[in-house]
Amino acid sequence: MRMESPNSLKGIAAALALILATTGICSAAHAARKEARIGFAFSMTGGASAYGDTQKKGAQLAVDEINSRAGQDGIEIVADFDDDASQPQQGINVFNRFIAADKVVMIIGPTLSNTAQAADRIAQQSGVPVLAVSNTAKGITDIGDYIFRDSLTEMAVIPNTIRVAKEKLGIRKVAVLYGNDDAFTKGGYDAFKKALGDSNIEVLSEQTFAKGDRDFSPQLTQIRSVNPDALVVSALVEEASGIVSQARQLGIPPSVHIIGGNGFNSPSLMKNAGKAAEGVIVGASWNAASSSPLNRKFVEAYTARYGSPPDQFAAQAYAAVYIAREALGRAGSTDNQKALRDALAQTGGLDTVLGKFSFTEGRDADHTPVVQVVKEGKFVIFGE
Amino acid sequence: MSVLVQQLINGFFIGSVYGLFAIGYTLVFGVLDILNLAHAAVFTLGGLTALWLVATGGLSIWVAFPLAVLFSGALGLLLDRIAFAPLRRRAASNLSGLISSIAMAIIFESAALGIFGARTVRFPQGLLVNRVWHFESVTVTSLQVEIVLSALVLMLALTACLRYTRTGKAIRAVAESERTARLLGINVDGVIAVTFFVSSALGGAAGILYGLYFDALAPDMGRSIELKGLAVIILGGMGSIPGAILGGIAFGLSEVLTVALTGTSNLRDAVAFSVLLVILILRPTGLLGRGRVREA
Repeated sequence: MRMESPNSLKGIAAALALILATTGICSAAHAARKEARIGFAFSMTGGASAYGDTQKKGAQLAVDEINSRAGQDGIEIVADFDDDASQPQQGINVFNRFIAADKVVMIIGPTLSNTAQAADRIAQQSGVPVLAVSNTAKGITDIGDYIFRDSLTEMAVIPNTIRVAKEKLGIRKVAVLYGNDDAFTKGGYDAFKKALGDSNIEVLSEQTFAKGDRDFSPQLTQIRSVNPDALVVSALVEEASGIVSQARQLGIPPSVHIIGGNGFNSPSLMKNAGKAAEGVIVGASWNAASSSPLNRKFVEAYTARYGSPPDQFAAQAYAAVYIAREALGRAGSTDNQKALRDALAQTGGLDTVLGKFSFTEGRDADHTPVVQVVKEGKFVIFGE
Repeated sequence: MSVLVQQLINGFFIGSVYGLFAIGYTLVFGVLDILNLAHAAVFTLGGLTALWLVATGGLSIWVAFPLAVLFSGALGLLLDRIAFAPLRRRAASNLSGLISSIAMAIIFESAALGIFGARTVRFPQGLLVNRVWHFESVTVTSLQVEIVLSALVLMLALTACLRYTRTGKAIRAVAESERTARLLGINVDGVIAVTFFVSSALGGAAGILYGLYFDALAPDMGRSIELKGLAVIILGGMGSIPGAILGGIAFGLSEVLTVALTGTSNLRDAVAFSVLLVILILRPTGLLGRGRVREA
């Protein structure tokens, strides 16, 4: 069903549009307001629900802001939210519904890279553009030319983190600890390894752990004995919290900074590890403290509406809606998926809460990452 | 040198946690000849209940600890009443008890999942004053010392109870022969219920200490320790209380030293279970086990 009609005459106009569509002479020229239907697949339940929750809030905020100003060129976003349950199978179901039943012009999501690996293929086959807002694993955008993401990959964030840490702290030798049985933590390790090599930082010791481990003292004892300048860790936030607090408990001094990947990028780290988290250095895609007017407005509006400040995942979802909105304006249509894809691909130098935003040739995010450090229980900017 | 000492301390400590868990396990398994696979679920629920009392109930850990231990003991009574007592009356084999204890484990774990959610939860910061002592370059925390001490004290107390008290003697009599014990006027069902209570209370206590130390509780945390607990009681000698502690420490040391030597935790379980295999070949009754003549 095409929805190119004034709201007041929706029913009649919709019937008219149907007749016009079936007779093949439909034109959008007569409609002042145009609705773009976008499907949002986020994890509202399951393991990633903590991320999905703030993503939905960020996206909803952006949709409402855009619609309240829809007078400008008349594009209004109709948002369909659905829960991918942190599971690939459910992600596929949601994508199928969006594409076949709701006839969305594009999809934003899903929350996890794992889900994206399965569900994005369906959108690619059907020619529906997907804009991922939190997938950082390798190969997501290689699925096809309809798959985009505004989330920086580990490969984009980590070299910057290492460079800044080296400049500011003068680290020369480090120890590395990572989970070697998980695609994400292993990928983070590969990125660290390469970045450390490029920066001529010596790796004194490499230790690994397995998913679900709670006791890291044997590995940390070995690391303590080689006296590194810093400890580089690739782990998800649960293990990261355990590693950080046990490292300090074992007497690795606070002067030995702990440097983490994207898995550390959550306020849970400070909640779980408390004082031990002080001084932890993490690369990030979004600078919460950025003083750009766009970002300040976003943080204020989000905090006022939801009662808590946004995190990186909310910011990336919020930015995605604006990226989509801007591309819709250039596509010249609110229901032509091919035109929207081409418009998305040309996105360049767009002002977003993430900074100046463009897509790379490979449809990955291109903007400047930041480096944060934990200070008094909060992430503050360490360097750029 | 100090690295080795620190690793030995690490192993000794984690081994004591295993031992603490295994004491309750071995009490039911070795003494009553019942394999209670729901023990790990009680361990989990003990830890989660203490956390709930502290975080939601606002109690001090010193009040929450004994309450959660009592609650775990009560779970043991429930377990006995639902999973084991009906089978006992029907004189079913021990195997059916094993199966019904798996069912109870699933029920307990699902209950934990439903009540506490799937996410990893933690005790509030600063709940316990955890002092850290540095000797030269060796680090010991007060919580580690407390856990090792409680394992040793519980081991001694339980051994003494079994040997010298009336209830302990009754438990051993039931273990020897249920029928004879009944003929001698011992309340067999009562004795078994007491055993389950004590065993589960100890399991719950281990869960709380484990949760306090690693500060990460989740409904599936029992799974990682379940198989190890079983290995520990076989290693130490089935039914031997000191054996459970000794087996636990041996197991903990082998784990820690494997990780220290290889720099990865992937081989940890493989080496630990290989040690178990070798000991079983050399000494089928375990480190401190005596021959089990009563089954002849």
